[in-house]
Amino acid sequence: MRYLLLIYQDEVARSQLSEEEQAAEYQDYFTFNVESEKRGVSAGAALMPSNTATTVRVRNGKTLTTDGPFAETKEQLGGYFMLHCDDLDEAIEIAAKIPGARHGSIEIRPVLEIM
Amino acid sequence: MDTIQQVVSETYSREGDRILAALIGTVRDFELAEDALQDALLVALERWSVDGIPHNPSAWITTAARHKAIDRLRRENTLARKQVVLQALLEQEEQRGEEDLEDTSIPDERLKLMFTCCHPALALDAQVALTLHTLGGLSTTEIASAFLVPVPTMAQRLVRAKRKIRDAGIPYRVPEMRVLGERVDALLCVLYLIFNEGYTAMSGSELIRRELCDESIRLARLLTTLLIQESLYREVPEALGLLALVLLHDSRREARVGPGGELVLLEDQDRSRWDSSKIKEGLSTLERALHMRQPGPYQVQAAISALHAQAKHPEDTDWPQIAALYHELMRMTPSPIIELNRAVAIAMADGPLQGLALLDQTILKKELSDYYLFHAARADLLRRAGRMNDARDAYTQALKLCLNERERAFLHRRLVEVTEALELDD
Repeated sequence: MRYLLLIYQDEVARSQLSEEEQAAEYQDYFTFNVESEKRGVSAGAALMPSNTATTVRVRNGKTLTTDGPFAETKEQLGGYFMLHCDDLDEAIEIAAKIPGARHGSIEIRPVLEIM
Repeated sequence: MDTIQQVVSETYSREGDRILAALIGTVRDFELAEDALQDALLVALERWSVDGIPHNPSAWITTAARHKAIDRLRRENTLARKQVVLQALLEQEEQRGEEDLEDTSIPDERLKLMFTCCHPALALDAQVALTLHTLGGLSTTEIASAFLVPVPTMAQRLVRAKRKIRDAGIPYRVPEMRVLGERVDALLCVLYLIFNEGYTAMSGSELIRRELCDESIRLARLLTTLLIQESLYREVPEALGLLALVLLHDSRREARVGPGGELVLLEDQDRSRWDSSKIKEGLSTLERALHMRQPGPYQVQAAISALHAQAKHPEDTDWPQIAALYHELMRMTPSPIIELNRAVAIAMADGPLQGLALLDQTILKKELSDYYLFHAARADLLRRAGRMNDARDAYTQALKLCLNERERAFLHRRLVEVTEALELDD
């Protein structure tokens, strides 16, 4: 099965991390990337902060563009991974290893496979 | 015709959960498995009246259900997932080939089913409902009435849970060693929740509440049997602990409620109405658990319940030992409510002042300030210590927070007692 792992975290809290803490987190992500490739993690990326987001909606043929993420949330989307594995238990095990899980939340969303 | 109906019905009663568990293992879809099983039961009613009752009715039904599942998958829309399942089913059928239907024994997949129903990816109320529905055989209507939820809401809850299992890829397996301990804990928690709903709830019919208690006891027994069958010995002591705990609690069910439906406190219960065979079974189950030398919170709770069960009269209760057990429980699973119970036990063993000293800890006052039982317990100890003014304040506070009619009546009587005692002094 394929799952998208969405990493949510409090950007404000993250911005308050010291340089050492940020560097340590980078290192942890690097380690995670190496380990998790063997476990079925394919694509993945960190995203720029939510204040760089733009939201597009098309209503009645009109394109409406607004500044910012689709909604204001307590934790914001900060990155993602695509995972190929057997079942949800495996996905949970891998998601728990993502450094962002320690202070944020990882949403595990199954990918809809259509023939 | 009637005999056939009886056999089909009895087979379903006796082995329905085993058959369903095996089917779910094959098709990986609760709804599909349930529908296919229902189809198979109808076919059995038709065919057995013509061909006679098979030698192994449950094996016959299982195989028929598998065929019906294949039929259903063929008829439905094409989704990659369904195609995969259909392919696997067809391959299995080819491999079985000329196998004699009657010889096939159904593997017992009920342990997998129990873990799947209680998977952490499902909301707790869904876990409870699904366990009762799939393993307990309770109807949607019965479960809805037990939890005071409208039937359509409960039906939706069950449908959503089954679909989540299918769509999110919740595996149908005994969890791997790494997470087995925490998953068993979750399972025990659900069974205990079900028991408590039947035991302490004041709403819903007596009949349905008794069914909940009976079901949780039955499932706790089944769980321990299955864990032993699968050689998962490390998980057995706590499962036995839970079984002992619910048996011992249940032994008091007749004495708990008075003729007017009012709650009877443990110290006032007519102990001759306690079920001695349940007590016996509870005590021997606890002994089995303790012999395995792997203490845990359910075993400790069961031991506390056992001490009550073994006291012929309230005065015979071994309160110091109960207090020590609560101390042990606090060590394992600290919580303000356990500390509250410990304080009450210490008060019984060493006097109300000792109990009050514990209740006056800042942390308890903070955590339990909105919990009416905290104030009720304090009030009781203050009353016994002769501090009537403070007792009156505490009973008043308890009444402000208590919503249960029967308990309010009890607290009100105490408040009147205390107020009268104060007036006498004046």
